[in-house]
Amino acid sequence: MLLIGVVPILPRIEEGFHLAKAATKKAPTEQLAKPAEPKRHSANRDELLKIYREMLLIRRFEEKAGQLYGLGLIGGFCHLYIGQEAVAAGIQTALTDKDSVITGYRDHGHMLLCGIDPKVVMAELTGREAGISRGKGGSMHMFSVDHKFYGGHGIVGAQVPLGAGLAFAHKYNEDGGICVAYFGDGAANQGQVYEAFNMAALWKLPIIFVVENNRYAMGTAVDRSSAETHFWRRGEAFRIPGMVCNGMDVLEVRGAAQAAIDFVRAGNGPVVFEAQTYRYRGHSMSDPAKYRSREEVQQVREKSDPIEGLKHDLETAGITEEELKAIDKEIRSIVNEAADFAETSPEPDPSELYTDVLVERY
Amino acid sequence: MATELKMPALSPTMEEGTLAKWLVKAGDTVRSGDILAEIETDKATMEFEAVDEGTVGEILIAEGTDNVKVGTVIATIVSEGESAAPKAAPAPTPKVVAQPAPVAAPQAAAPVLAPASTSDLSGETQRLTVREALRDAMAEEMRADPRVFVMGEEVAEYQGAYKVTQGLLDEFGAKRVIDTPITEYGFAGIGTGAAMGGLRPIVEFMTFNFAMQAIDHIINSAAKTNYMSGGQMRCPIVFRGPNGAASRVGAQHSQNYAPWYASVPGLVVIAPYDAADAKGLLKAAIRSQDPVVFLENELVYGRSFDVPVGEHIVPIGKARTMRPGKDVTIVSYSIGVGLALEAAEALAGEGIDAEVIDLRTLRPLDKGAVLESLSRTNRLVIVEEGWPSCSIASEIMAIAMEDGFDYLDAPVARVTNVDVPLPYANNLEKLALVTTASVIEAVRKACYRA
Repeated sequence: MLLIGVVPILPRIEEGFHLAKAATKKAPTEQLAKPAEPKRHSANRDELLKIYREMLLIRRFEEKAGQLYGLGLIGGFCHLYIGQEAVAAGIQTALTDKDSVITGYRDHGHMLLCGIDPKVVMAELTGREAGISRGKGGSMHMFSVDHKFYGGHGIVGAQVPLGAGLAFAHKYNEDGGICVAYFGDGAANQGQVYEAFNMAALWKLPIIFVVENNRYAMGTAVDRSSAETHFWRRGEAFRIPGMVCNGMDVLEVRGAAQAAIDFVRAGNGPVVFEAQTYRYRGHSMSDPAKYRSREEVQQVREKSDPIEGLKHDLETAGITEEELKAIDKEIRSIVNEAADFAETSPEPDPSELYTDVLVERY
Repeated sequence: MATELKMPALSPTMEEGTLAKWLVKAGDTVRSGDILAEIETDKATMEFEAVDEGTVGEILIAEGTDNVKVGTVIATIVSEGESAAPKAAPAPTPKVVAQPAPVAAPQAAAPVLAPASTSDLSGETQRLTVREALRDAMAEEMRADPRVFVMGEEVAEYQGAYKVTQGLLDEFGAKRVIDTPITEYGFAGIGTGAAMGGLRPIVEFMTFNFAMQAIDHIINSAAKTNYMSGGQMRCPIVFRGPNGAASRVGAQHSQNYAPWYASVPGLVVIAPYDAADAKGLLKAAIRSQDPVVFLENELVYGRSFDVPVGEHIVPIGKARTMRPGKDVTIVSYSIGVGLALEAAEALAGEGIDAEVIDLRTLRPLDKGAVLESLSRTNRLVIVEEGWPSCSIASEIMAIAMEDGFDYLDAPVARVTNVDVPLPYANNLEKLALVTTASVIEAVRKACYRA
């Protein structure tokens, strides 16, 4: 088959259709529907305070988790979200309670933004009965159907088709909700991601595929693992519009997210949404920190920190240093309380070993 | 009060390490996230970061110190407005890890012997192929529950690669009968996600050979979720399609996955033989709140059996006595049941009265029914269209060994396919597959009649 220039979508074969003629005929370039041009969100005072509070809660929570890990209270793998707070905060503060969220194993921040009690998240990290998964999931496997948070998945990329399935359910039930599926630049190279893209576009599923590009797939820099490092372009082959934003500026993320959400909710199908961000800590707690320089990390922290970066907007809105200090204090106490709870709660009863394998008894 | 900085663990197994280098000194102001020190073990180097803001009070362990135990106070940080007075470092408290007492599994006690059920076909019945019975099961459940939908390759417009979904598109429309692209990993994931989101998907694999592309979602996403979520996130999904050898399609299209799935806690695994069970068990599978792997067999699709007219549901987890007997128990499932029945018929002519048990569900396995039959016949032969190693047959043998040893009057025998990839050539394929003749021979041997 001869395909020259702009390729039309092959039409279904109808009477009088001649394949060879159809293939060589030039079709007009089809303009993909795409989200409105995003604007940096202009937040009012209350919104700013809420966003600041959310990001700070994640930062302090994760710092505490790192500390508890160092003390041996948290086991196994533990992936911290420090540095990436603006991504989830910018997106999730724009969602409604009809919408669902799913992510990979770097999931603590997304959970806190879903409104899940920091205590039960921290208690899961320490493997306690009071943990959100009753101590049976751990850091990477946490869920809250009540908060429409569907995990917390440990297999790189698995959350992408699962998220498309959640979006399928939204569409099937006509409930007006959309799904946000987060994954990293590493997961963006998994084959199943593209299978999901294809079906999501084909069936116009209401989903935002958020690529949190933190520049490293574990320890491999994006340009060493990805032939196309503009992840927002990764949906083009499936006619999915792409967007990219500065993931260190929470108001820019929020503005872009709003455009994506409006587009998806209106029934236009999916959007691939790249947020360029950075993780300050290692991939997990056991990270040799040999694949990037300390100076690189320090430079991002000093120049692009998402929490520090918001301070200018807070100031402009007339929010005082005292108000921020009060928030800091409150967050510290919430996190300390969560840590105390997580340290002092009992481990699961040994009988829990056998519960929840199946729902029904046969 | 000054905050004590303790020697961190780089991994859950680390007990001590080297404090390689201090990057701060007493009196330095630190912010959360600043790197304070480098810690080394034989495996890795980790940067130790400040969690709180403050001033470094005192360095208690000098850099270059080896064998610093995890939990030892290595420095203090003084918050704003506090004095940086040195403070004696308390000895690290050794962590006492209590070994939990072993817990008995709920089913660890010897299984209760309970006879397998028998099918009640006394009411009105109709003659249906397995293919039609499966279709009826789906159609009835789709009529009853709007959350149920079918997705898979060629399930809609093509009417099913094996015509199992024939007519469903006409009745239920494209919203509920969905043709997918040929991307098993992707659509198994979408189905699983839809189940997590509250729907009741039936995901058809054109054959289970292709489900290997999707097995990560079946095992890691579907089977483990309820457990990992502490019982709050369900995954009510049915993965179904033909399994096992078809005819002359070669090694990549001819494999029995029953032992693979049956080894996974969190899954229900069903492999029916006849049309009545195909219908009744598929309906039960669709209604189940657990993820179900439902293994059909292409060679059985066209066979006709009596199926009760009207509502017919078969409980999951209960084996069935297909033929009562007193001399030997033949246990099988799926297409193997047909071979076992043929063998039993032939053996009756030789004066061997064989009981045939159809397992029907492979997880949870009806141990009680197998053992109850064995307790009466004292001889056991397992028939499986599949490889011998790590098979359902080996599992039944283990059960006989653990819980039925005293009943046994002869070694347990397994009759399976040959332990090779399935060949294409007609003669070789025949030689590789389990046959009625091989079942008869094994039973004679178990009955010491060979």
